[in-house]
Amino acid sequence: MSDQFQGIEPMVYKSKINVPYSWWAGDTASKFYITLRDEKKITGTKCAACNKVFLPPRKVCPSCFTENKEWVNISNEGTVITFTVARCQFAAIPSDKKVPVIWGMIKLDGADTAMLHYLDEIKPENVTIGMRVKAVFSEERKGTIRDISYFKPV
Amino acid sequence: MDRAAIIGVGTTKIEKSKIGETFADMAWEAVNNALNNAGMTIDDIDNVVTTSSDFWDGRTISCMAVGDASGAAHKNVSCVEGDGTYGAFYGMTRCLSGSYKTTLVTGHSKGSQSVSSLITNSAFDPIYERALGMDMVTACAMQARSYMHRTKTTPEQMAMVSVKNHGNALKNPLAHLPMKITVKDVLESEMIADPLHKLDCSPVSDGCAAVIIAHESAATKFKQKPVWIKGVSFCADSFFFGDRDISRAKSLTKAAKKAYAMAGIHDPKKEIDVAELYDAFTYQELMWLEEMGLADDSMAGKLLEKGDFNIDGRLPINASGGLLSGHPVIAAGLYSMAAVVRQIRGDVGGFQVKKAKTGLVQGLNGLGGQSHCVFILDKDK
Repeated sequence: MSDQFQGIEPMVYKSKINVPYSWWAGDTASKFYITLRDEKKITGTKCAACNKVFLPPRKVCPSCFTENKEWVNISNEGTVITFTVARCQFAAIPSDKKVPVIWGMIKLDGADTAMLHYLDEIKPENVTIGMRVKAVFSEERKGTIRDISYFKPV
Repeated sequence: MDRAAIIGVGTTKIEKSKIGETFADMAWEAVNNALNNAGMTIDDIDNVVTTSSDFWDGRTISCMAVGDASGAAHKNVSCVEGDGTYGAFYGMTRCLSGSYKTTLVTGHSKGSQSVSSLITNSAFDPIYERALGMDMVTACAMQARSYMHRTKTTPEQMAMVSVKNHGNALKNPLAHLPMKITVKDVLESEMIADPLHKLDCSPVSDGCAAVIIAHESAATKFKQKPVWIKGVSFCADSFFFGDRDISRAKSLTKAAKKAYAMAGIHDPKKEIDVAELYDAFTYQELMWLEEMGLADDSMAGKLLEKGDFNIDGRLPINASGGLLSGHPVIAAGLYSMAAVVRQIRGDVGGFQVKKAKTGLVQGLNGLGGQSHCVFILDKDK
């Protein structure tokens, strides 16, 4: 850069983007969350062409490009496919969660895809791929993914 | 089919925080470097493609903010969100469309200006997943665990990627983090998200890169000997992280196969001389090598130990230092492309590899590499 900027200390302009969003959940996620909230049941959608059961449920099968019209109940129990343990309090971690936070990718019995959620009631060093876990539902359920509190070892 | 070539490359230095330059200032520097490199003026450029991310930039239509400084005034300018290689793919198709002879492609990002954990958390589905608080680091840590489990790749082998790439960066004046480190240093660095240590992760950096792509009818009219695009492919996988076998990268395997076929490559292990891969995390370099057929399944770690991927090895990978040594998100793939173009020309400087006739560039976007773009570049048409 040329000499004209010598001795000039670059300034910082502090700002923040703060835009409230209302994500309309849509028919499919609404049905999933209402069943979860009111009946403590985990449900998925099924593709009639390839028979795959999707969790989280969605309207369209990504492989067949067809509409998933059938709903099926999915077990509260499943298998840990992989996991990680956050050791730093990353900014995205909700304020009620303190590290170490364990997240698992969990394939519930009856689903063909895995869901992400917390693992708890276990020490981080004891978590293994392939371990069996079970959903613990929240006392107060509001129709969000955190109506499942976490998964614990079976 | 008509052919296209890369005839100019220009980049800024990759830095932790570019306090003296705005997005547009970075674009100005990279674009002028590319024009000088090509022996062109802005009047020789027919159209412009800029690559950026609105979330990273903190504004909507982030690409338009760099148009003026990229010489796009009164030209057809279009935008791509994703890795810079996706912008280059689009730029190339514009040259091949018959509408334009030359396309200037830029990519920019500044990691220093926001909070990467919050930005990458927003890549998760807002209705089902975002509230759990995962981000790119924790998602990739899950992928690393899954890959290690399937392939028996060790933490030491992953650490060796960091040692190699930070060491390579010592010869690259553009790199953000050139470092002479040991496997022990990596393994003893802070655990960020198991199994990833701090030195298994790339920094989030600032930078802008530009490449100039030309239709074959214009490719030889300027200063540089063209570097030809022989093959290219782009493939995407399912959006939901849990839909994929994340120990694999199906979309990368598909993209690489298509790119090899287009380039007439039958044995990529033998025919690729040099490659720049998307090593945002150490395990990724090894995983992408296997998924592209540049190493046998579960073997990349062992080949790395043998020195195969060193600058003087059988297949030098990330001779520039890779993204572990400086990771301007979005611009990243164009930096890799610029490095491979200059390897093939033989003018890359201190990290020049011995044989560089055919090179490979990989770019990706999305959690754990949801989508991938593979370019095969060659000295010969």
